[in-house]
Amino acid sequence: MTGLDFTADHFALFGLGRAQGIELSALDLRFRELQAQVHPDKHAQASDTNQRLSMQWATRVNEAYQTLKLPLSRARYLLHLLGHDAQVESNTAMPMEFLMAQMELREVVAEAKVGADDTALDGLRRDLVAAMKQEYQRLQDLIDVRHDYPAAAGLVRQLMFQEKLLHEIDDALEAVLA
Amino acid sequence: MALLQIAEPGESAAPHEHRLAVGIDLGTTNSLVATVRSGMSVVLNDERGRPLLPSIVRYAAGGEIEVGYAAQSHQASDPRNTIVSAKRFMGRGRKDIAHIEMLPYDFIDAEGMVKLKTAQGIKSPVEVSAEVLKALRSRAEASLGGELTGVVITVPAYFDDAQRQATKDAARLAGLNVLRLLNEPTAAAIAYGLDNGAEGVYAVFDLGGGTFDISILRLSKGVFEVMATGGDSALGGDDFDHRVFCWIIEQAGLMPLSPHDVRLLQVRAREAKEYLSQHGEAPITVKLGSGEYVDLTLTTDIFTEITRTLVQKTLVPTRKALRDAGLAAEDIKGVVMVGGATRMPQIQHAVGEFFRQEPLNNLDPDKVVALGAAIQANLLAGNRAAGDDWLLLDVIPLSLGLETMGGLVEKVIPRNSTIPIARAQEFTTYKDGQTALAVHVVQGERELVSDCRSLARFELRGIPPMVAGAARIRVSFQVDADGLLSVTAREQTTGHEARIEVKPSYGLSDDEIAAMLKDSFSHASDDAFRRALREAQVEAQRLIEAVQSALKEDAELLSAPERSHIDNAIVRLQAAIMGDDRRAIDQAMDALSKGTNEFAARRMNKSVSKALSGRKIDEVGFDA
Repeated sequence: MTGLDFTADHFALFGLGRAQGIELSALDLRFRELQAQVHPDKHAQASDTNQRLSMQWATRVNEAYQTLKLPLSRARYLLHLLGHDAQVESNTAMPMEFLMAQMELREVVAEAKVGADDTALDGLRRDLVAAMKQEYQRLQDLIDVRHDYPAAAGLVRQLMFQEKLLHEIDDALEAVLA
Repeated sequence: MALLQIAEPGESAAPHEHRLAVGIDLGTTNSLVATVRSGMSVVLNDERGRPLLPSIVRYAAGGEIEVGYAAQSHQASDPRNTIVSAKRFMGRGRKDIAHIEMLPYDFIDAEGMVKLKTAQGIKSPVEVSAEVLKALRSRAEASLGGELTGVVITVPAYFDDAQRQATKDAARLAGLNVLRLLNEPTAAAIAYGLDNGAEGVYAVFDLGGGTFDISILRLSKGVFEVMATGGDSALGGDDFDHRVFCWIIEQAGLMPLSPHDVRLLQVRAREAKEYLSQHGEAPITVKLGSGEYVDLTLTTDIFTEITRTLVQKTLVPTRKALRDAGLAAEDIKGVVMVGGATRMPQIQHAVGEFFRQEPLNNLDPDKVVALGAAIQANLLAGNRAAGDDWLLLDVIPLSLGLETMGGLVEKVIPRNSTIPIARAQEFTTYKDGQTALAVHVVQGERELVSDCRSLARFELRGIPPMVAGAARIRVSFQVDADGLLSVTAREQTTGHEARIEVKPSYGLSDDEIAAMLKDSFSHASDDAFRRALREAQVEAQRLIEAVQSALKEDAELLSAPERSHIDNAIVRLQAAIMGDDRRAIDQAMDALSKGTNEFAARRMNKSVSKALSGRKIDEVGFDA
């Protein structure tokens, strides 16, 4: 793999500046441009070695795209690059208020699931998505404008809880509708 | 070919040469082969003008192997040796096969995949499928007048790793060079999208003989991007036949039945279903081997009633795929219908109602997959014409995970991730002095290991003894562009490294493949040696051409000594081509290939930076 720079960070690979706020259409466009160059289908007639090389590049581009596409993984990655790891595994300290609210919400979801109440689940989902949208806006502000990385890391951990809850609501909806 | 072919859009790597490439739709009920001729994708018919090849293989007691219509005519008279719908058994164990008790075969529950006892000995579903592929290969080679360079074989999008691996093994056994395994709905989307210049988000609803797939794709400026896929690899037209079959038995009060009568009634059930797609009712009159008569009328209403749950079953994965794509039914611009079973008015109606629009039926649902596969095969073989510059981005249909404590699954690669993809996970030892670690790879969405498909189990040995938690074992998953998985594990503490490559346990081992190949060679009379030599010579010539054309384009990437090293390797390979020593050709090819690796890497780098140039960081704005 000599000669290939696998070490360039995801933002550099996509020609983007290191920021939480990115133009998603530019990301999409660049993703397609890069895959059009490196995808294994473009090298189907190459030698085994070069097919492998192409697969590794395409894998790398996919990984970078996936990381940058969603705001949560993008923030985690960006904070890591900036030397402020979100410590999602080790740091579990959360504001008590937030934890209580989360636990209550979880119970409401479980009840709605048992009662097969898809209207309630839809409502919960809508509220949660709206709340998270604001939190993501705040996260962008903390990172790009205020450069308050410790606060951003805390918000990332909080958003991970909320993403998980969203996932649970989706699973419950799926179970109810099936 | 060795060097990366970095051709500009519309520019063919080797314009003077048209390589014979075909797309194969290896179906549960019927198979087809198609190719691109004068820019048009066409299905290749058999010598009697029939496009379909029934996916049926008969191992006759006399030692003869019949495939297609010839085998089909014996399915009632010789049911045990006439294998129908072998695709349902690919990469499947006994417990995975629905209604196995109703099937007239002698199953042997081999590890990983069932086998079938026939008049010609024990056959694996892979071997049965290989016979179908061989028949299609002969048809294509006779029709195109030469040997095939490569093929694209389609698989249901929802096929798991074991089923994909089995399909690739069957192709190897049939002597085919697989350019790519392509998902059936994606193939259909290519045929439809290129034909109609479609842009926007489309759903492909593909109900075949034995499998159901739903894919949501975004078509935009020559990129076919699969956003989500779902399905049921054991749901298809066969299940509708089975409902009718059970209805006949129940109505006529028949039981037990001989294998002959079972097959006879299965055929009649299927005919009745097909007849109903055009008519209001279907008469079913059969004289059984037992002497009993069946005289029934199946009406549309009864059929709708007995198959209602099957129709509903297709909508569950459809809903899930939409959700995975983050879309609602009204975001879908068009629904492309694929597979013979979508001819049923009940399916058309249910799909139309779900998406609140008339489904698209303007391409023959039996042919569209093969036509799309041919277009992709043509592209991958290097026969690019101006404008042929689309890109397919497909996904893995089912999550991959590892067994953790308590029989739970830890997901490593989530479903609907764009492939190729790789992920690594670190593990440690939980006991002092532990020197081995068991790794169990599974595929599926459920939380318990026992509810998922087991793909591979292996033990990583030779971990240096240390205190619990000190070892660092990195397990890497790589899923390639065919959707096939390979797993590597590495222990990476100071100075020690153990490594293991794992092939999924459901695939055949290389030894098994070799034995089967030897077996089939002993039956074949063609000169395998001369063929291999010719192939090597052609391959070598292509390599030389590729290197020369790369040298012409990017000579400045090499220093003078590097250049002369490559030139020497070319001369040595040219000399080897003149002789008839295949090993010498292989060695010289290997040398040239290795000698140009660094050059290829620099060219790849150059093309990536080219794609990146022309945009500066300050041009990139912030979203609101």
